[in-house]
Amino acid sequence: MKFGVIIFPGSNCDHDAYYTVRAVLEQPVTFLWHESHDLENCDVVIVPGGFAYGDYLRTGAIARFSPVMESVARFAAGGGLVMGICNGFQILCEAGLLPGALLRNAGLKYISKPVQVRVESADTPFTNACRKGEVLTIPIGHMEGNYFCDEPTLQALQREERIVFRYVENPNGSLDNIAGISNPGRNVLGMMPHPERASEALLGSSEGFKVFQSLLGAAVAR
Amino acid sequence: MPSSPDILQAITPDLIQEHGLSTEEYQRILKWLGREPTITELGIFSVMWSEHCSYKSSRVHLKRLPTHSRRVVQGPGENAGIIDIGDGWACAFKIESHNHPSFIEPFQGAATGVGGILRDIFTMGARPVAIMDSLRFGPITSGADQATIRRNHSILDGVVSGIASYGNCFGVPNVGGETKFEPCYSQNPLVNAFALGLVRRDEIYYARAAGEGNPVIYVGAKTGRDGIHGCTMASEEFSEASEEKRPNVQVGDPFLEKLLLEACLEAMRTGAVVGIQDMGAAGLTCSTCEMGGRGNVGIEIELDRVPQRETGMTPYEIMLSESQERMLLVAEKGREDEVFRVFEKWGLDAVIVGRVTPDSKMRVLEHGRVVAEIPNAALTDDAPLYRRPMERWKPPVEREMPASIRLGQTSDLTANLKRLLASSNICCKRWVHEQYDSMVQINTVQGPGREAGVIRVKGTKRGLAMALDGNGRWCWLDPRLGAMHAVAESARKVACTGATPVAATNCLNFGNPEKPQIMWQFAQVIDGMTRACEELEIPITGGNVSFYNETLGEGIYPTPVVGVVGVIDEVEKTASFEFRGPGRSVVLLRGAEPGDATDAEAEFGSSEYAKEIFGAVWGFPPALELEKEAALQKCIVELIQQGLAESAHDCSDGGLAVALAESAFLNGVGARIELVSSGLAPEFLLFGEDASRILISCAREHVGRIQKLGVECGIAADVLGETVPENIEILVDGRPVVAAAVAELKQAWAGALERALRVEAAEEVAPSVLERS
Repeated sequence: MKFGVIIFPGSNCDHDAYYTVRAVLEQPVTFLWHESHDLENCDVVIVPGGFAYGDYLRTGAIARFSPVMESVARFAAGGGLVMGICNGFQILCEAGLLPGALLRNAGLKYISKPVQVRVESADTPFTNACRKGEVLTIPIGHMEGNYFCDEPTLQALQREERIVFRYVENPNGSLDNIAGISNPGRNVLGMMPHPERASEALLGSSEGFKVFQSLLGAAVAR
Repeated sequence: MPSSPDILQAITPDLIQEHGLSTEEYQRILKWLGREPTITELGIFSVMWSEHCSYKSSRVHLKRLPTHSRRVVQGPGENAGIIDIGDGWACAFKIESHNHPSFIEPFQGAATGVGGILRDIFTMGARPVAIMDSLRFGPITSGADQATIRRNHSILDGVVSGIASYGNCFGVPNVGGETKFEPCYSQNPLVNAFALGLVRRDEIYYARAAGEGNPVIYVGAKTGRDGIHGCTMASEEFSEASEEKRPNVQVGDPFLEKLLLEACLEAMRTGAVVGIQDMGAAGLTCSTCEMGGRGNVGIEIELDRVPQRETGMTPYEIMLSESQERMLLVAEKGREDEVFRVFEKWGLDAVIVGRVTPDSKMRVLEHGRVVAEIPNAALTDDAPLYRRPMERWKPPVEREMPASIRLGQTSDLTANLKRLLASSNICCKRWVHEQYDSMVQINTVQGPGREAGVIRVKGTKRGLAMALDGNGRWCWLDPRLGAMHAVAESARKVACTGATPVAATNCLNFGNPEKPQIMWQFAQVIDGMTRACEELEIPITGGNVSFYNETLGEGIYPTPVVGVVGVIDEVEKTASFEFRGPGRSVVLLRGAEPGDATDAEAEFGSSEYAKEIFGAVWGFPPALELEKEAALQKCIVELIQQGLAESAHDCSDGGLAVALAESAFLNGVGARIELVSSGLAPEFLLFGEDASRILISCAREHVGRIQKLGVECGIAADVLGETVPENIEILVDGRPVVAAAVAELKQAWAGALERALRVEAAEEVAPSVLERS
């Protein structure tokens, strides 16, 4: 199963996702440059965390116009697996691949700490290795993680079980404690916590690694 | 300062004085040049001969510091020190101050402090993998008037946000540091930023120009009018007019710096780069003359080619600008395009602005006309050097315990422990470090709030530990002894993770060196630091001196901050400070015997307890036997490597009782310990800050082996008691003196900073926000 990790100017978790896939998951992985349309036949595209273009305007607002994002949109429309982590989640929302937006944290400060998230849907390619209701400890690190969307969208997310992760204790004011959501096709995931930061016991938790393991499971199932 | 200087501008005595140059210094300039300087040259001399760039007051003393060991690849004199850490890897690290800018403009001052130290690291070819900060502020709860306290809140908030904003965006984890409060820092906050990077041993780059005719290339951000005379500002005391210096503070762009990092490392990999230096203090001036100076060559630059973000900039302004995120590099002639391609990929300016010449001079042209021509040596190695007069200084305190202070009988030590845990120096600093990304790059094994930061080195089994420490109050009471403690404690914290301390960097924060007593403090600190570094075998590989930390004549405590780096061969074996569970033995490793009652009384006056509970300072810092300290550190490293110690906590601020409480908080595991008074008051036993002590916990069956190893090392290993669920109990001679639930103590400690700043603790996000839908 081949993974691609996008590099935008200002991405800074690109190497982390790359390392986790190559060294921990032991799968082939390549970097995808923001100016290229070529997804190099990847089976999974990871939109990594960081501060794409410095995030000076609005998180993800410029990154969505990158050439690579046109290819990612086509890839997702064809059922390709796309995972946005943190800034990647923000970019996927800006690009319209996921609904809603991520606002400034309620406390107005950057928050870096491990949090508990509950798996609300195990019926996605990103969570099939988890049990529904399972609680995972995964770090967050963001200034804008406060998920928001309008009422009909929220109802649709709830009804279709597209809220994939909820915070056990809400750290940032996020609507309905949302930590991660999927698109209607369940092939696009956006999540604020960083599973790549919780994929090795040496770093304090390996519970986030289940997200990567799930992707392998999804490949087998296909 | 003249706003539109002209090449023909007359050099008047007023102008010389405005540039901070003395009459004698001006005479030296005339001698070097054999003529009157141009205004641009005067500006160049002014910044290069400022205290900040020339170290003119400190150089004679700094020479005493030990700088060599078998691990040292690069000592002082480059952008950062470098040590060999094995497996073909080396690490570059340094600490630097950004005190003056952070007082005037806390957010940008602190942010650009981080930016500057990061550039120092990656200019050597090393990818920054960790940062830490040592911060000092004025009081935030009491001990000053309300207006001062409010301003201190605002400085703290600005500094922390600034550090967060830069480090988080750049993508480097903040793995530790310290935040302390004393009244002397109200008008003179200290912001000392440390950074560490990894580089392959054979891929190190130096800030050295070479090869006549090689092109000199300017890369990164455009030059603006910001930061002009920043380093001259850092070489003066502050007055009421210092607010006007806000334009002297630079503005940071971490996004641009991230691009610059990637582009510089990629450009180095082409092999076309000969030498490279960042434009930090004194900007283009400093990088030009220093790169030429180190390589014994000259550099000629044409200012018309320098990318500029403002129009009408004079040569004076371009040469003195401290705009951030800029680098100067020398490339191999004929391979410029390889460098250009990389910078173009990252969307950055890269322009040939000059060339390497054979004549060891810095020559600056504007429209082809020479506006400055100065021998490199005049600006670097042969800059003025002063042996400033010194005068022994005595702190205005009693050396004996005041008679009014009563110990023992009546005090409620449980209540006092809670007060101490809630004091701003000891309380939990979560409010600070949760604003910093501590996990990016996925190497962080131990992050902020621990004894030391620990990161793994990917691709190896090794890890690096790092800690910052410096007790200003102790240095104020006894500069030499205080400095020895700064080295010893920083190294002890590193050793408590299981890593062997191998090298150090120092940031020396002092008042006005033209005052003989300040200069004496400085010399004493260097003596103490030299002694401690020699004894503990940790050479100083670089650092920074910050003088003139005075406002309206009020100076800071002499505050040397020491950053120690340690290597651990098997990072998986690292120990942390928290008790893992009940039923473990609690053991105190002790290097030296406790002193008698007279010593204890005199030393207690330097403790956090005396300051916080009695509101008094007297006496001396604790005694320190460096041979015993070295033995203690070797012992704890050995214990952790053999897997005998489950946790290790340095006993320092707040003494044994605070170390015990902090060991209990993370897992909510308490302890019951019994102490023997030997006639000493319980306050001394619980809160005294005797040096060379480490509190460990271990499986009961390991106590024998630990004590045996202790004997071999010459270290006492006394079993104090054992860990228990939920409570902390301390008995002295069988009588309980402290008894409390861990949760109760933790509550005092955990939210204290938030309460002081009147912000809600992190868990309590307002429910109203959640109900917005």
